[in-house]
Amino acid sequence: MHTTHRSRPIRYIAVFVGLAILTATEIALATGSQLEANLLIPILIVLAAAKAALVALFFMHLRDDTKWFSLIFIYPMLLASLLIFFVVFPTPK
Amino acid sequence: MEQTTAQPHALPLDTNTGIDNRKIGVWLFLGSEVMFFSSLIGAYLLTRASALKPVDIIGSAIPLISLNTFLLICSSLTMALSLAFARRGSQIGLRLSLLATILLGATFVAIQYTEWNKVYTEGMTPFGSPFGSMFYLLTGFHGMHVIGGVGWNFLVWLKAMRGGFSAGNNAGIEFAGLYWHFVDLVWIVLFTIIYLL
Repeated sequence: MHTTHRSRPIRYIAVFVGLAILTATEIALATGSQLEANLLIPILIVLAAAKAALVALFFMHLRDDTKWFSLIFIYPMLLASLLIFFVVFPTPK
Repeated sequence: MEQTTAQPHALPLDTNTGIDNRKIGVWLFLGSEVMFFSSLIGAYLLTRASALKPVDIIGSAIPLISLNTFLLICSSLTMALSLAFARRGSQIGLRLSLLATILLGATFVAIQYTEWNKVYTEGMTPFGSPFGSMFYLLTGFHGMHVIGGVGWNFLVWLKAMRGGFSAGNNAGIEFAGLYWHFVDLVWIVLFTIIYLL
């Protein structure tokens, strides 16, 4: 199996526009909105995750490449997320 | 191990999996980088749970750092376009887009350095508070990765200037691009958790 993927400029430009819009939304929400922290923080985390996913899927071609690369990339993220979760949110005594 | 019988020489690269071994190596390296930055981010979040964030200093940095974030996103676009140009055999497009990526990356480092100077003179030093330590540690390690990426892209650009890439030979651009996009991805996360949250 030899992996190939599309490298169309129009797709890259569309992803760039999406990243720019999401970034502007993040900044506007963080600096100009009156949202409560318990609502604002999850929204900002989701927006950052969406931007990271756009970069990984389209700029790094994970969407079109072999799924082994996705596994190599996502597996340590899952392990690290578990580590962070259990360290930052310890079980109450 | 299963023996491959179907035209082994049809694969242009050293491989026993059907996937370029060098590309597997790059992805394994990026996987280890995920663990590296995740551990730093975990330490930062743990620090934030007990340490005060100097909201005034970090808040005043948001406009300049937002510009920096935009520049890094632009550099990811130009890096991706350089691969597209290479696959179409456009040497001029390849060279110009790689040069743009290098200049955008270097500008990011320069602005980050300016920002460090600003927050340092405003009183947030690496040894003055737990938040300050984590701030310089995270942004410093990321900055070092950006500098490394600029250097790698520069070497790729030199090769491109000598006509070292073609429509059928552009793996070197793809590997440098994977690293560069990863550096951009890490910054997307750092920008949110350090400056916006």
